Amino acid sequence: MHNKTIAELAAGLRAGEFSSEELTQAYLDRIERLDASLNSFITVTADAALQAARAADARLARGDAAPLTGIPIAHKDIFCTKGVRTSCGSRMLDNFIAPYNATVAEKLAAAGAVMLGKTNMDEFAMGSSNETSFYGPVCNPWNTGTVPGGSSGGSAAAVAAHLTPAATGTDTGGSIRQPAALCGITGLKPTYGRVSRYGMIAFASSLDQGGPMARSAEDAALMLAAMAGFDPKDSTSVDQPVPDYSRALNDSVEGLKIGLPKEFFDQGLDSGVARVIEAAVDEFKKLGAEVCEVSLPNSGLSVPTYYVVAPAECSSNLSRFDGVRFGYRCENPVDLEDLYKRSRGEGFGAEVKRRIMIGTYALSAGYYDAYYLKAQQIRRLISDDFRQAFERVDVIVGPTTPTPAFKLGEKFNDPVTMYLSDIFTIACNLAGLPGMSVPAGFVNGLPVGLQIIGNYFAEDRLLNVAHRYQQVTDWHQRQPSGYE
Amino acid sequence: MKWECVIGLEIHAQLATNSKIFSAASTAYGAPPNTQACAVDLGLPGVLPVLNAEVVRMAAKFGLAIGATVARRSVFARKNYFYPDLPKGYQISQYELPIVEHGRLEIELDDGSSKTIGITRAHLEEDAGKSLHEEFQDKTGIDLNRAGTPLLEIVSEPDLRSAKEAVAYMKKIHSLVRYLAICDGNMQEGSFRCDANVSIRPVGQAEFGTRAELKNINSFRYVERAINIEIERQTDVLEGGGTVVQETRLYDPDKNETRSMRSKEEANDYRYFPDPDLLPLEIDDAFIESVRASLPELPDAKKQRFMHAFGLSAYDAGVLTASREMSDYFESVVGAVGGEAKLCANWIMGDLSAALNRDGKEITESPVDAAMLAGMLKRILDNTISGKIAKDVFEAMWAGEGDADTVVERKGLKQITDTGAIETIIDQVIAANPAQVEQYRAGKDKLIGFFVGQVMKLSKGKANPAQVNELLLKKLSY
Repeated sequence: MHNKTIAELAAGLRAGEFSSEELTQAYLDRIERLDASLNSFITVTADAALQAARAADARLARGDAAPLTGIPIAHKDIFCTKGVRTSCGSRMLDNFIAPYNATVAEKLAAAGAVMLGKTNMDEFAMGSSNETSFYGPVCNPWNTGTVPGGSSGGSAAAVAAHLTPAATGTDTGGSIRQPAALCGITGLKPTYGRVSRYGMIAFASSLDQGGPMARSAEDAALMLAAMAGFDPKDSTSVDQPVPDYSRALNDSVEGLKIGLPKEFFDQGLDSGVARVIEAAVDEFKKLGAEVCEVSLPNSGLSVPTYYVVAPAECSSNLSRFDGVRFGYRCENPVDLEDLYKRSRGEGFGAEVKRRIMIGTYALSAGYYDAYYLKAQQIRRLISDDFRQAFERVDVIVGPTTPTPAFKLGEKFNDPVTMYLSDIFTIACNLAGLPGMSVPAGFVNGLPVGLQIIGNYFAEDRLLNVAHRYQQVTDWHQRQPSGYE
Repeated sequence: MKWECVIGLEIHAQLATNSKIFSAASTAYGAPPNTQACAVDLGLPGVLPVLNAEVVRMAAKFGLAIGATVARRSVFARKNYFYPDLPKGYQISQYELPIVEHGRLEIELDDGSSKTIGITRAHLEEDAGKSLHEEFQDKTGIDLNRAGTPLLEIVSEPDLRSAKEAVAYMKKIHSLVRYLAICDGNMQEGSFRCDANVSIRPVGQAEFGTRAELKNINSFRYVERAINIEIERQTDVLEGGGTVVQETRLYDPDKNETRSMRSKEEANDYRYFPDPDLLPLEIDDAFIESVRASLPELPDAKKQRFMHAFGLSAYDAGVLTASREMSDYFESVVGAVGGEAKLCANWIMGDLSAALNRDGKEITESPVDAAMLAGMLKRILDNTISGKIAKDVFEAMWAGEGDADTVVERKGLKQITDTGAIETIIDQVIAANPAQVEQYRAGKDKLIGFFVGQVMKLSKGKANPAQVNELLLKKLSY
């Protein structure tokens, strides 16, 4: 059961081959048996999952099932889920039971999905290795000595190890695509505004976007269909109809114009990764796509720009964690200042504090123009680069990450090197564009991701391109040994 | 040295919406603590603000009413600082691009002249909650009912030159926001409050002196006293050879003094930046025009109309248009009476205003409504009662004894206009006062007043005074 796609599982449920309760129990058993080696879940909601599964079975029996009715999923622990701890990977929220549901959680529940639990993540989504979690690092199922990527490392590892058919993730600078690449799964960061951010704990509001993490483009399409859509509770969500992502999957890619950004193949790209991407491009050529080189001249500025904008926004977004109303509060504060200093000092981890300090500095009087304003201007230039490229091509293709998964601890004390692992993914967030990572091969037994970037609201096109690629390759079907 | 003071006001007007500026929670005043704070107001993780469209309409109304530019594009920014009653650790406000800019307002000065005060800007922002220090021993209680209440902060140019001008300006804004029905103006509840920036400089000097900001003053009287006491303080400092430091000060009405809260050096760096959760606020011409069409007649225009249409003096017209409710009341009375604007004005500005003041009531709460007052005035005009009796009728109506006709009927206050009846009374008075009659007839004309008084007394004030006069003259001249 655990090797079936979501579409196959949905068909099996409808045909009565197995019940949602059986399916859910099977996944709960796998989590119980295998997750000790991965640490991909922070909270497993077994009882609630089985209860939801039984309700789904009743719905299936009545014949009024929604597309995902009875399908188990997991939520990144950044999405508020009513009555369930929503920790954001932080000691700060270790005691926080969300009193309401994020729109994404609400929508997936309405589509019939059964939540297995909440997945591990870098603290407040700040990290590229899942090593900043208060709940400990997540291991990559392809090699448990390596990182799964981050910040949605728990979701990526859980999907890769078949502990859940699919999971939600969020992507602020690559946090869906980078772990998807490192764990050999399919992940999609939608256009900014496509998926509601309501109830998704904010890291950097102008960059954050939720999206699906699954084993194939086909499954990602089913997940995205349930997650996407305008939300009146999120002023930045866009009121645009959600297309039927599944319908366009099989469209031909003949004549598709693919752009390869030369800057992505220049610097620091692992030669093995480069070969994998070249092979993937050859597959597209065989499918009839036209390939040309494009330039994103300002892409080199995306990492420094991101590390001004994202910390600036986070420094403000995380001010609400002050020990006053919810979350961690220090013992016996002597006065207000002590309450603030120790609650935040003890509640936040080192990486979060580092970014709050960087962001506070960047927004300070006298520095605002030089940092935040300048970064916003560069952001515009980066968007313009993409706009010009998309006048010539339909999609942009390149590596998702410069290297495959690195060793646990390898970059933990070297933040700049760590930040550079998002060098190819960050530009999408700065421009608000949709991007996807699909498994494209291996280097030294570790998965390599192919990134596909589309124009605004071209998620259907991305899924179509990814799906056609997955029809002629089987990288996405490979399974890490020990988790078959 | 002669000093001149320079004053600018920042007025916070709470917008009279049903729900908060960024959430659906109610803004009603006086609910038990934290019962009107939803997830958004509490700043729970993951929540997002959604702008209440009504506040935009209200701010635009205000902008148009002061002849300002209503920005087609304005931006909400975050003002970052930590305080326990500020749930998110930042206040959503407008900073570089406010919704209203470059307005002006004319105020009347005591000498009858008028002066134009510039209004730099008016911007939208959310209020914070309230910290309660008294109720909890060694602890502070937080009430977030007020958090997220919409405010319009109205910032004047430093155009005011005395505490009296500042009060006149504040009253004019107060009247205007109530005319526009965008603020209830309730100062006790904090719906309308102000900060005053005060500095002094030698008369004739062009540069401004260093200013102090007086925080959170919530009555017209306190504004005047606070500014005056601050001018005195700054004058003492400068004349004593000291320098005024830029700082925030608090006015203590009990001690009638201002006290330093924090100096400029201690001031927060608010790290303003555009709120990424809210898109820039864009409004189009059609919206502006729909707001313009909804504007009521404004106080200055109404005052002019009252002077021209009703023949009222500038003073009377000014008093009657000081509030929308007062002018509505006046127009209802004049309408029901069918003219006689001066009589109506006198009664409203006289007996009615006195009674309202005495009982601490707003005109909207008056036990004598416009129809009742008009009913009584008609009885004066048709000679059913005299102006003097009307005062008793008015008090009876005020006490809830019914309308004028009911009171007149029940108390038998109908004026005596029957010549025979009046003559009978006059005959009694003449018979009872032979000495005075003799003196009068001997040429002491002044005694006519005595006879009128006696007749009125005997008639219990009900005899028609004009008839009494006429008949007395006739009878005494025999």
